[in-house]
Amino acid sequence: MPLAQTATTVPVVVNDDLCIADKGCTVCVDVCPLDVLRIVEKEDGKKTAYMKYDECWYCMPCEADCPTDAVTVNLPYLLK
Amino acid sequence: MDEILDGLTQIDCDILIIGGGTAGPMAALKAKRKNPEANVVLLDKANVKRSGAISMGMDGLNNSVIPGYATPEQYTKEITIANDGICDQAAVYRYAQECYGIIQELDSFGIRFQKDQNGEYDVKKVHHIGTYVLPMPNGDTVKKALYRQLRKARINIINRFMATRLLTGEGRVAGAICVNTRSAEFLVVRAKAVIMGLGAAGRLGLPTSGYLYGTYENASNSGEGYAMAYHAGAGLANLECYQINPLIKDYNGPACAYVAGPMGGYTANAQGERFIECDYWSGQMMQEFYDELQGGKGPVYLKLNHLAEETVAEIERVLHIVERPTRGHFHEGRGTDYRKQMIEMHISEIGFCSGHSASGVFVDEHARTTIPGLYAAGDMANVPHNYMLGAFTNGAFAGMDAAVFIADVDHANFDMGEVDAERTRVLAPTKRDDGIPPNQIEYKTRRLVNDYLQPPKVTAKMELAQKRFEEVRDDMESGMFVRDAHELMRALEASTILDCAEMAAAASMYRTESRWGLYHNRVEYERDDENWFCHTILTKGEDGKPAHKKQDVKPYVVEIAEDEKDAYANQRVGSSSSVAAE
Repeated sequence: MPLAQTATTVPVVVNDDLCIADKGCTVCVDVCPLDVLRIVEKEDGKKTAYMKYDECWYCMPCEADCPTDAVTVNLPYLLK
Repeated sequence: MDEILDGLTQIDCDILIIGGGTAGPMAALKAKRKNPEANVVLLDKANVKRSGAISMGMDGLNNSVIPGYATPEQYTKEITIANDGICDQAAVYRYAQECYGIIQELDSFGIRFQKDQNGEYDVKKVHHIGTYVLPMPNGDTVKKALYRQLRKARINIINRFMATRLLTGEGRVAGAICVNTRSAEFLVVRAKAVIMGLGAAGRLGLPTSGYLYGTYENASNSGEGYAMAYHAGAGLANLECYQINPLIKDYNGPACAYVAGPMGGYTANAQGERFIECDYWSGQMMQEFYDELQGGKGPVYLKLNHLAEETVAEIERVLHIVERPTRGHFHEGRGTDYRKQMIEMHISEIGFCSGHSASGVFVDEHARTTIPGLYAAGDMANVPHNYMLGAFTNGAFAGMDAAVFIADVDHANFDMGEVDAERTRVLAPTKRDDGIPPNQIEYKTRRLVNDYLQPPKVTAKMELAQKRFEEVRDDMESGMFVRDAHELMRALEASTILDCAEMAAAASMYRTESRWGLYHNRVEYERDDENWFCHTILTKGEDGKPAHKKQDVKPYVVEIAEDEKDAYANQRVGSSSSVAAE
C-alpha cells in the first residue's frame, strides 16, 4: 500500500539569500512550537531553512526571532 | 534529524514539570524559590522559549482581581454564576485572593500592564457584573521575560521531549515516560512530584477551514495532559462542558470581547443589531451566538465600523500585533477593514479548556489532582474560566505545594514492565512497512467529532460517534504507520486526540441534562438541578473504558443570592430579567 505524493503549498517561506543556516544558525527550527522547519543543503552546497511539514499554526516565532529577517509567515491557503 | 533511533535513558529529579507554556514556568520558579535545593526539571514537547498558548504573547489579563476594582468575593460569585453553579469555590476564591500578587510579580519580571495617568492599573469592564480586564501593552514580551527568570533560577529545561504516560507506584506518582520528538529515543524521568501544565485539548474538533492546525488553541496543545491523567487513573471533571468560542470566520483569532469590547466594539447580526447583552464568553452567550448564526438574521459579525479612527487603530494595534500577529495579513488578504464593514464571525471547533469553560483534570485549591504527588494547572485543570492569569497563579500554587510534598517522600517504586509496554505501544507505528499515516487517523477522528459531538448534542449521534471512534482505534492500533520521529510525535498526538474524543462523547452521554448553554446543550434533556447539580468525574474503568460518577459541589464560600443565580441565563437583548452590560 504505497503512500501518495500529494503536493501542498506551505505558509512559511524562507528567503535563502538572507538565511544564515550555513553559518550554523537554527533559530527558526529551534523556536517553532510545531517543529515543522528543517535545514536542507541546496544544490550549490549552501544550507537554508525550509518548511518541511505542513503543520503550521502561523504563530510567527520563526519570523519574529529570525536574526536576518529571512522568514515570512503567510496564511495557509485553506483559510486565507 | 528525525531518524528513528533506539535509546532509553533514565534520570531522577525531585519535581518534574511537564509543559513549559504558562503554568509550568511559574510552577518551576515557585517550587525552586520555596526549596532552592530541589532538582526541578521543566520538560516541553516544543521549546520553552516559545511554547504554549502564549507563544507570541497575550493581549491582556481577562480575569485580574485588583483591589479597588473588584473583590475576591465578587469574582468568585461571578465565575460561579457564569459556570452555572457547578464550581468548587475554594480554588476560584484562592485564585482571586492571590492573583494580584502574581500580577505584581509579573510586573517585576518586566511584563507591563496598562496604567492610567495616576499610575493605577487601567482595568476594563467586560464581564456581566464585575471589572477584571487589564490590557498588557508589551504582551509580546511574556515568554522572553519568563525564560529569563527560568535561566536565572537555574531550572533544568528539557526541550523536544514529549511525555506520553505517567508512572505511578505505591499509590502515588512516580514519574513519566517521555520520547524525543526528533529521534524517538526514550527518557524515563523518576520524580517525587509531577506537575502537569500541558494546556488545552485544542485539536479535538476540526476548524471550519478544514486545516488541521488552524485551531483556536496553539495546535501543539493536543490534549496529552487529559490523556495521561486518564491513563494514570486520575479523575477528570465535567468534560462535557466543552470549550466553544466566537472567532473571526476562518481565522482563529477571537472577535474580541476583551479588546474590542471595552472600546465600544460588539457582536452584531447581519442587520447590524446587537443581540447579546454581554460579550463575555460563557456557554449562555455562545448559545445566543449559535441561535443567531443559524437563524434568519445570521451570520454574526464583529462590528467596529461605528467607531472613531483612533479607536479602530488602537484595536488593530493590539489585535494584530501581539496574540495573533497574522491577523492583519488575514484581513488584508480578504480585503476587509474594520473601518469599512463588519467582519464575519463564526464559532470555533470544540475542545477541552478550563481557561474558557470548566472541563479538566480535577484539582483542589492546591492544584492537587486525585493522585498524590500529581498536580495540574492552567487550561487542562478544572478551575473554571481561569485564563492566562489563572495558569500563572494555579501554577504557582502547584509549585509551592509540590516543594512541600517532596520533603517527606522518596521516589516511588514503579513497575519497569510499564516502561516496556509503553515502548512497545509508542514504537508500533515504526515497526510496519506501510499503513495509515497519522494525519489521516487524526483527520478522520476530528471530522467525526464535528459530525457527531458538536452541540446541540443528540444521543443517537453520540452513540454513532462512539462506534466510529472504536473503528478508528482498531485502524490506529493495527495499521498506523510513520516514517520518522517527527511523524511519530504526530502519531502519539493522534492517539491522544482519539482518547479525548472518546472522553468527550462518554462524558456528554453521562450527564442527562442540558447545562452551560451551548457547551452542553443536550436537546432531549432540560436542565435538571435536582439530579445534576453536581460535578461529573470521569476515570478509566476496570474495562479500560471511561467510568463515571457524580461528585457533590462543595459548600460555597461565597453565597449566591437566589436572584443573582440567573444573571448569565438571559443573555439575549430584550429578555426580561437581564442585567445590562454597560
